[in-house]
Amino acid sequence: MAGLHKSEFTNPVIRWVDTRMPVFTMMQKEYGSFPTPRNFNYFWNFGALAMVNLMIMIITGIFLAMNYAPNTAMAFDSVQRIMRDVNYGWLLRYVHQNGASMFFIVVYIHIFRGLYYGSYKYPRELLWMIGVVLLILMMATAFMGYVLPWGQMSYWGATVITNLFSAFPIVGDPIVTWLWGGFSVDNPTLNRFFSLHYLLPFVLVGVTFLHVVALHITGSNNPLGIDVKSPQDTLPFHPYYTIKDSVGICVYLMVFAALVFFAPNFLGDPNNFIPANPLQTPADIVPEWYFLPFYAILRSVPNKLGGVCMMFGSLLVLFVLPWLDTSKVRSARFRPLYRPFIFVLVVSVVILGMVGAHRPEGIWVVLGRVCTAYYFLHFLVLLPIIGKFERPLPLPESISKPVLGGGGGPLPAGAAAKPMEKA
Amino acid sequence: MMRVSVRHTLRTAALACALGAVALAAPARAQEAPVPPKQNWSFNGPFGAFDMASVQRGFAVYQNVCSNCHSMNLLHYRDLAGIGLTPEQIKAVAASFTVPLGLDDQGQPIEGPALPSSQFRAPFPNEKAARAAMGGALPPDLSLIFNAREYHGDYIYALLTGYADPPADMKMQAGMHYNKYFPGHQIAMPQPLHGGDVSFPGNAPNTLDAEAHDVVNFLAWASNPEMTTRKQIGVRVVLFLALMTGLTYAVKRQIWSDAH
Repeated sequence: MAGLHKSEFTNPVIRWVDTRMPVFTMMQKEYGSFPTPRNFNYFWNFGALAMVNLMIMIITGIFLAMNYAPNTAMAFDSVQRIMRDVNYGWLLRYVHQNGASMFFIVVYIHIFRGLYYGSYKYPRELLWMIGVVLLILMMATAFMGYVLPWGQMSYWGATVITNLFSAFPIVGDPIVTWLWGGFSVDNPTLNRFFSLHYLLPFVLVGVTFLHVVALHITGSNNPLGIDVKSPQDTLPFHPYYTIKDSVGICVYLMVFAALVFFAPNFLGDPNNFIPANPLQTPADIVPEWYFLPFYAILRSVPNKLGGVCMMFGSLLVLFVLPWLDTSKVRSARFRPLYRPFIFVLVVSVVILGMVGAHRPEGIWVVLGRVCTAYYFLHFLVLLPIIGKFERPLPLPESISKPVLGGGGGPLPAGAAAKPMEKA
Repeated sequence: MMRVSVRHTLRTAALACALGAVALAAPARAQEAPVPPKQNWSFNGPFGAFDMASVQRGFAVYQNVCSNCHSMNLLHYRDLAGIGLTPEQIKAVAASFTVPLGLDDQGQPIEGPALPSSQFRAPFPNEKAARAAMGGALPPDLSLIFNAREYHGDYIYALLTGYADPPADMKMQAGMHYNKYFPGHQIAMPQPLHGGDVSFPGNAPNTLDAEAHDVVNFLAWASNPEMTTRKQIGVRVVLFLALMTGLTYAVKRQIWSDAH
């Protein structure tokens, strides 16, 4: 018969539940004894941090929604009522507002980790692609959330970004009208953005679950980028990584708290303290900092459709990254030719962020174009070519060797080229 | 039809502006305003707090000068508890204003002395009335003005003290006033403070500098009434988290000691 689960728990209540629905066994397997490479560095905290951040956003968001009025006549004042009259409303709102920035900081570092240590390569391609879906969903959520306070930047940001779709020939204008629910950004737009802003985080939770499922099939990558070969290479997730993640969470919360309590509007735009006014365009329409690099790519192309395609392309190219990188070695530590180029990529994305914050004049136009060109050159040209010509450094024999120092240095160079054998 | 054409114009204007912002060669804006000099505000920094005596004087300046043209719709008289007024004082301040109090039993609008729960009395019933009285210009609501301007207090202080005669080569539009720090240098608001506009209790100085300083303090409070509480909680939260980080790290070292 479809028998009961044989539970290993001894507590009678837990056992009773677990035999009928083995969620405790599952948690124990996936988060308790789950074998995890023993050589993680602190970059491996950022997945857990992103999860914590998502929870913080959902919880604060639910309470904010109880006091927010998604109507163009009331939205701005209802947010200010939260700030002034709701008990600790200012705390909820500032945590939510700065939580978006923290989320992007965490996720961008998480992505850098994946790029540097080759976490996107076989067998983790699907895991990576689900991650790109998460990034895009998160950007959509953040964009719509920024519209809700209905300040000047909310309104004009929404106008500029939704108007991007009008670049597409023939279908462009109908799409924009459809997105707006009318002929300008107005009440229907605010209503649907609120609805979607409430919905998408739960979609994020679902896709995050898939991200974790995929992760727990392939197992985590690690700073050496080599496969786990024996139980000696791993440690149980609990307590080793629960405590290591806890250290990261404390530091992360400290940065978060400093932002919320001492400089809650540091990353915001003064213009968003002015209620939305369709008749008055702000001198500069600037997106939130986390969109600036993409905004810079958009503006670097002297053609609207071209700019829009490049901007979306800069995200979509990440989907095929596992197949663009022809090197079989995962960790950039062992890729002397490729390694400097990752830092060039980081620098150009940072410069693109600065370009996005400035008016497209003078040097900023040149910088924007050079860095945009490099961004695509990096993924579409350098990654495929470098993998072909690079001579990777010798890979360590196993994860436990360098960690435990149990003799047996790196294998001779000849052995370096087969890091892909099955664990 | 009118509505449709307004909508259409709006949309076209919105599109044009949006595309203008996206387009590569954004036109250079008219003369940039200079960066206002940095002032020393008591509320700066993680431990900074409002100088409540100054905030109260600033409120007096607002009441006697600014409020003739500028509303503060997000504030209620009860909020003045936050700058140290007693309930009796708040009642007295509120009662000195006549505000609309809804409808009577016959459905006729009534007016009467404001209650502590009333919004600050607005000088004009609506935007059109304000523009009509102000020669077309709209005096902005001041509830959030401190947060809504770049350089915040430094800018407001510089603006209030930055009136001067226009340079000889500058052509001023009718009804505009020259200001060193206003973007474009032509501001519709005539110089609001001259010094000696308000006499303060205890003979606190009421020079232009002092008044401008006080009113900035008041506006900073009005934009961020939670600031002092926020920073106080923040110090405790950060200290607690620092302690937790230390503890957690120590536990981590201990747990990992057998794994190295």
